Amino acid sequence: MTSGREKGGIHSGGQPGLSQPAHGVYNPPLPAGKPIGPGRVWRFLSMEIAVLVKQVPDTAEVKIDPKTGTLIREGVEGVVNPEDLNAVEAALVLKARHGGCVTVLTMGPPQAREALLETLAMGADRAVHLTDKAFAGADTLATSYTLGKAVEKLGPFDLVICGRQAIDGDTAQIGPQVAEYLGIPQATYVQEIEIRDGVLRAVRRLDAGTETIETPLPALVTVLGSLNSPRLPTVPGIIDACSSKDRLSVMNAADIGARAEKTGLRGSPTVVWKTETPKSERRCEMLKGSPAVQAQALAAILKKRNLS
Amino acid sequence: MDFDLTEDQEIIRRSAAEFADEVLKPSASRIDANSEFPAENIKAAARLGFLGVLVPEEFGGSGLGHMELAIILEEVNRGCASTGVTLSVHNSLVCSPIVRFGSDAQKKKYLPKLSSGEWLGAYALSEPNAGTDAASISLSARESGSRFVLNGTKTMISSGSKADVVIVMARTGDAPGAKGITAFIVEKGTQGFKPGAKEDKLGIRGSDTSELIFEDCAVPASAILGRRGEGFKIAMSTLDGGRIGIGAQSVGIAQACLDESVRYAKERKQFGQPIASFQAIQWKIAEMGTRIDASRLLVRRAAFLRDADRPHTRESAMAKLFASRTANLCAFEAMQVHGGVGYTKEFAVERLFRDARITEIYEGTTEVQNIVISRKLLE
Repeated sequence: MTSGREKGGIHSGGQPGLSQPAHGVYNPPLPAGKPIGPGRVWRFLSMEIAVLVKQVPDTAEVKIDPKTGTLIREGVEGVVNPEDLNAVEAALVLKARHGGCVTVLTMGPPQAREALLETLAMGADRAVHLTDKAFAGADTLATSYTLGKAVEKLGPFDLVICGRQAIDGDTAQIGPQVAEYLGIPQATYVQEIEIRDGVLRAVRRLDAGTETIETPLPALVTVLGSLNSPRLPTVPGIIDACSSKDRLSVMNAADIGARAEKTGLRGSPTVVWKTETPKSERRCEMLKGSPAVQAQALAAILKKRNLS
Repeated sequence: MDFDLTEDQEIIRRSAAEFADEVLKPSASRIDANSEFPAENIKAAARLGFLGVLVPEEFGGSGLGHMELAIILEEVNRGCASTGVTLSVHNSLVCSPIVRFGSDAQKKKYLPKLSSGEWLGAYALSEPNAGTDAASISLSARESGSRFVLNGTKTMISSGSKADVVIVMARTGDAPGAKGITAFIVEKGTQGFKPGAKEDKLGIRGSDTSELIFEDCAVPASAILGRRGEGFKIAMSTLDGGRIGIGAQSVGIAQACLDESVRYAKERKQFGQPIASFQAIQWKIAEMGTRIDASRLLVRRAAFLRDADRPHTRESAMAKLFASRTANLCAFEAMQVHGGVGYTKEFAVERLFRDARITEIYEGTTEVQNIVISRKLLE
């Protein structure tokens, strides 16, 4: 547990605004204990959770074509982005505790279907594959718009969970931008989540420590790899995911009501000017002599480079 | 003809691969060093559904085939061969014959517990004087009223002292040789049945290999698996499947050897360049990779035939023969690529070298596979 956690409110310099009732709360609290309608019971007893995932090349070191400056994806297996698996795990844990339904969404080419099957095999209830030629070439703005549209269409959700960032692009922008689009509070870099009485409490990891914030739902969080360890799909889970067709649906731009000029390349103001792999310029210098001489030499080098 | 895995097979493979990388690999060297039975790994594998792969869903299993089992076993053995052989024996030598030859009552009694991992299984054929010559076993099962009384000793039984259920081949005395053999299902704790000495082995040191002692061990006639006198047939048919499992294990060990070699060859510098830039190393890598691919294809073909209920005795012997030789060749070459450090316990190839050796010995030696294959080719 992180020290400095207190009950209620924001502290340690939390973002202003997060303690305010969020605008866009489309699911106001209901009288205690009174279930409503078919399907959805009281919102905090039964959570509707959306998880946004991305299929990425299976390598921590994405190579860049030196000539074209684009990512080399050929021959690299696609996997679910590692921190997105933490997001799925978090959703499944919350569902186990509070009840509800976990919906996983991804925007991507046809092969991204495999990533969704994996999350279904882990235990997600349904998966939605957003795929359309119009989505191709999207930057983070167009992607956030598309995902936001889909979340709106499929919702209402109490909570949207994303991985902190994808290992191929490393932007960490999608989560925050989707939250902005939806107009709901967000908590990024989250390493602990708890929901009590309809309030989300999240511990965020910052450079100098941690920050605990509370926010009403609905909200969006982006989670770190240290939050949990994602479960592996079980064999029965995989068989179930691959054989029950109704759990995975495919939607295109028209299905989610996305406007063509706001998706894909057309909706992307970002222009990639140049991408390059930084040249590795590490040099190794072997120190010789007795340990004392070596230590002195090392100290001198560190001092010279202002590292001492 | 299609060489791709199906969608679900691919996800199963990934799940097993991640299990191997995250759970099995980090503990493999400790398990080896302490000769520690990988109980935690088996529990984790059970949670993933790896213990009832061949068991129909109605009995709590996954209802999959030897193809999926081979895919899982290859990945598991890439991480830890001690865990791998325990899973292989449990699935293909215990669950499989109960699925194929068990009565409804036996299926209901054993399969759900075997699938969930509550119970672990072992298969007892070898005896002090009957190894390769399996038809000469002498452990006796004397009929006495409605019961059979077992007397004798089994040796080299994988998971022997850990198993809750053992399939025991015994001589019911009806006829000499192969015809007088009957298979029994014996539960741990049955009076007169106890594990004996545990073997201290060169490799797969985490796998339990024990003697089993039967002294006036009485079991009901309902413990007979299949029919009386059918034991040898059941034993051989079961080994046809088991060999696919050991073939898959061999591919996994061989793949681990290649992976370690590729990584080391890129890192290790001599004469001012990575040793991967030398042809001597490149040729080793190429040969290892090619033989591993061929082994994998042989294993998957044998699995395909068994799942399709077609004859596969020759094919599974070929898969086991070629894959186990490949595992040993790869282990040899991997150590050669590593040089001196590969001979130390600092590097995984030292363990892989020892683990690979058994694959040419158990579930039919290389020589027995040659007999089986040549007999089929010459008949």
